[in-house]
Amino acid sequence: MTQERPAPAARAHPAPAEAQAALTEKGKALSALLHEALAEFKPAMSAALDEVVLTVDRANLVKAATKLRDDPRLAFDYLMCLSVVDYEDRFEVVYHLRSLAKPARFTLKVSLPYDDPIVPSVMGVWPGADWYEREGHDLFGVNFEGHPNLAPLLLYEGFEGYPGRKSYPINDYQEW
Amino acid sequence: MTVEQQLDSLELMVNVGPQHPATHGVFRMVLWIDGERIVDVEPHIGYLHRGTEKICENEQYSQIITLFDRLDYIANFNNEWVVCMAAEKLMSTEVPDRAQYIRTILCELNRIASHLLFYGTFALDAGAMSPVMYAFRERERIQQIFEATSGARLMHNYFRIGGVKEDVPADFVQRITAALDPIKATIEEADRLVTFNEVFLARSRDVGTIDGKTAVALGFTGPNMRASGVDFDVRRAAPYAIYDRFDFNVPLGDRGDCWDRFWVRIREMEESVKIVEQALKQMQEGPIMAPTRRISRPPKGEVYVHAENPRGDFGVYLVSNGGDRPYRLKIRPPSFCNLMSLKHMMRDAYVADAIMILGSIDIVLGEVDR
Repeated sequence: MTQERPAPAARAHPAPAEAQAALTEKGKALSALLHEALAEFKPAMSAALDEVVLTVDRANLVKAATKLRDDPRLAFDYLMCLSVVDYEDRFEVVYHLRSLAKPARFTLKVSLPYDDPIVPSVMGVWPGADWYEREGHDLFGVNFEGHPNLAPLLLYEGFEGYPGRKSYPINDYQEW
Repeated sequence: MTVEQQLDSLELMVNVGPQHPATHGVFRMVLWIDGERIVDVEPHIGYLHRGTEKICENEQYSQIITLFDRLDYIANFNNEWVVCMAAEKLMSTEVPDRAQYIRTILCELNRIASHLLFYGTFALDAGAMSPVMYAFRERERIQQIFEATSGARLMHNYFRIGGVKEDVPADFVQRITAALDPIKATIEEADRLVTFNEVFLARSRDVGTIDGKTAVALGFTGPNMRASGVDFDVRRAAPYAIYDRFDFNVPLGDRGDCWDRFWVRIREMEESVKIVEQALKQMQEGPIMAPTRRISRPPKGEVYVHAENPRGDFGVYLVSNGGDRPYRLKIRPPSFCNLMSLKHMMRDAYVADAIMILGSIDIVLGEVDR
C-alpha cells in the first residue's frame, strides 16, 4: 500500500559564492593592450580570478587569432589548451594562450549556440590545435570548420552520441 | 632503364598495433613505408579512454584525486598536485609550508622515478637490455619511500585539497638522504653506459629532429621542447607553490633530436636531486593541512593551472558552479599534445627510427586517452 507523501518543503540553499575577479597590475595592462589591439573585433573583456578573459564572435575568431599570434606586442605563440564546455544552453570553446617571449597568458572564449555548434578551426594559426579539435568534435559534437580531418580520436568507430555533453547520461553504456 | 627504375616498388602499410612491446602502452601507429623509409604515419589513440573528465563531473573533489593518479601513472604525485592546486586557487586556500615542502619533495622524487623509467625503456628501445634493470632498481628505492609515506607504490591518493593526507613517517628525511646517493651513482652510470655510447649515438643523433619554433606551435612541451632549445619550464616561467625558493638549472638541448631529449632528461634528474636536497634542509615542522571543510565547495568561477610534469606542461581547466562537484574539468595532458608532433618528427625516418622517436617523446597512454 503506497501512500502519497507530500513533497518535502524546499530547503533554502544559500546561493553559491562567486570567485572574485582580481586582476594584478600586469593583468590590467594586458587587458588594456588586448582591448586596443583587437578593437576591430569588438571583444568583450572580463576576468576570472587573475586571468584576463576575452570573448570574441566566432566569425572573427580566425582573424583575431592570427593577430594575436603575429602582432609583435602580443606574440601569443603557444596554445596551452583548447576546451569545449557544455553550459546546456550554449557551448563555449575556450582557448588558453600563452606568449613565451613576453611572458603573458590569457583566455580567449567563443560562445556557440547549442543547436548550431560550428566554429572555425584555428589549426591554421596554431597547428597544435589539431587533436584538441578532434577531441572536441568526438566528445561534444562541436564542428570545427576547416579542420582537415575530424575523424574520431578517443571513441571507437560506430559510437553514437556525444558523451561529453551534459545530456549524455553518466551510467549509460552501449552494447557493442 | 637502370635496375632501380625497373624494380616495382609498392608502399607497404605496417600496423604497429596496440599490443606491442615498444609502443609504451596501448598505442597504435599505422606506418606507410617505401622500402625502409617512412612515407606517412597515422597515430590512433583512444584504447585507454576511460571518460575521466565526465566521471569528474559526478564526483566530489576529494574523490577525483584518485582519478588523477591514474592519468599519468608514472608521475602520480604531479597529477594530484595540479588538481589540488586548481581547487585551492579557486577557493583561495593557503596551503601550509610543510605541506608544500612535502609535495615538492614527493613530486621531484616522482620526476626522478619517471625519468629513470624513461632512461631504462628508451635504452631498451635502442636495444640495450641492461639499463632497464639498473633504472628499476633505483625506482624501487623511491617507490619504497612512497609506500612508507602514502601507503601505495603507485596510486597514492595522498594529496588533499589544502595539504596532504597525513604527515610523513619519522624516518622520511633519513631515507631520502640515503636514497639520493645511489640515485646520483645511477645517473653517472647512465652517462657511462648509454649517453655517450657510440651505438646509442648512432641510433639517436639527428633522428627525429624538431626545431624550437615548430615545437612551440605544436605544443610539444616539457623536456622535448627544452631539447629543441626553447627555455620554457613552468617551474621557472610561472613558478607555482614554492619553486621560487630553490636554486636549480634548466638543461637545454641544441638540436632537438632523440639524443637531446634523452640527455635533457638525464640532466633533469640531477637537478631534481638538487631540489630534493634543498627542500629537505628547508622543511620545518608545522601543520600539513589547511583548515578546510570536509566537502570542498569552490565558489562559482573558473581557473586554469598548469605545472611542470615529467612529461611536459600538465594543465587543468576547472569550471565550478559552486557545488561540491566540478562543473567541467578539462585535463590538458602533455603526452596528448606531444603526440601531435610525431608526424613532423618522422618525416625522414627509417622504420627502425620510428620506435626511437616514439620512445624519445616519453608518452604515457593513461594521460593521452584519459
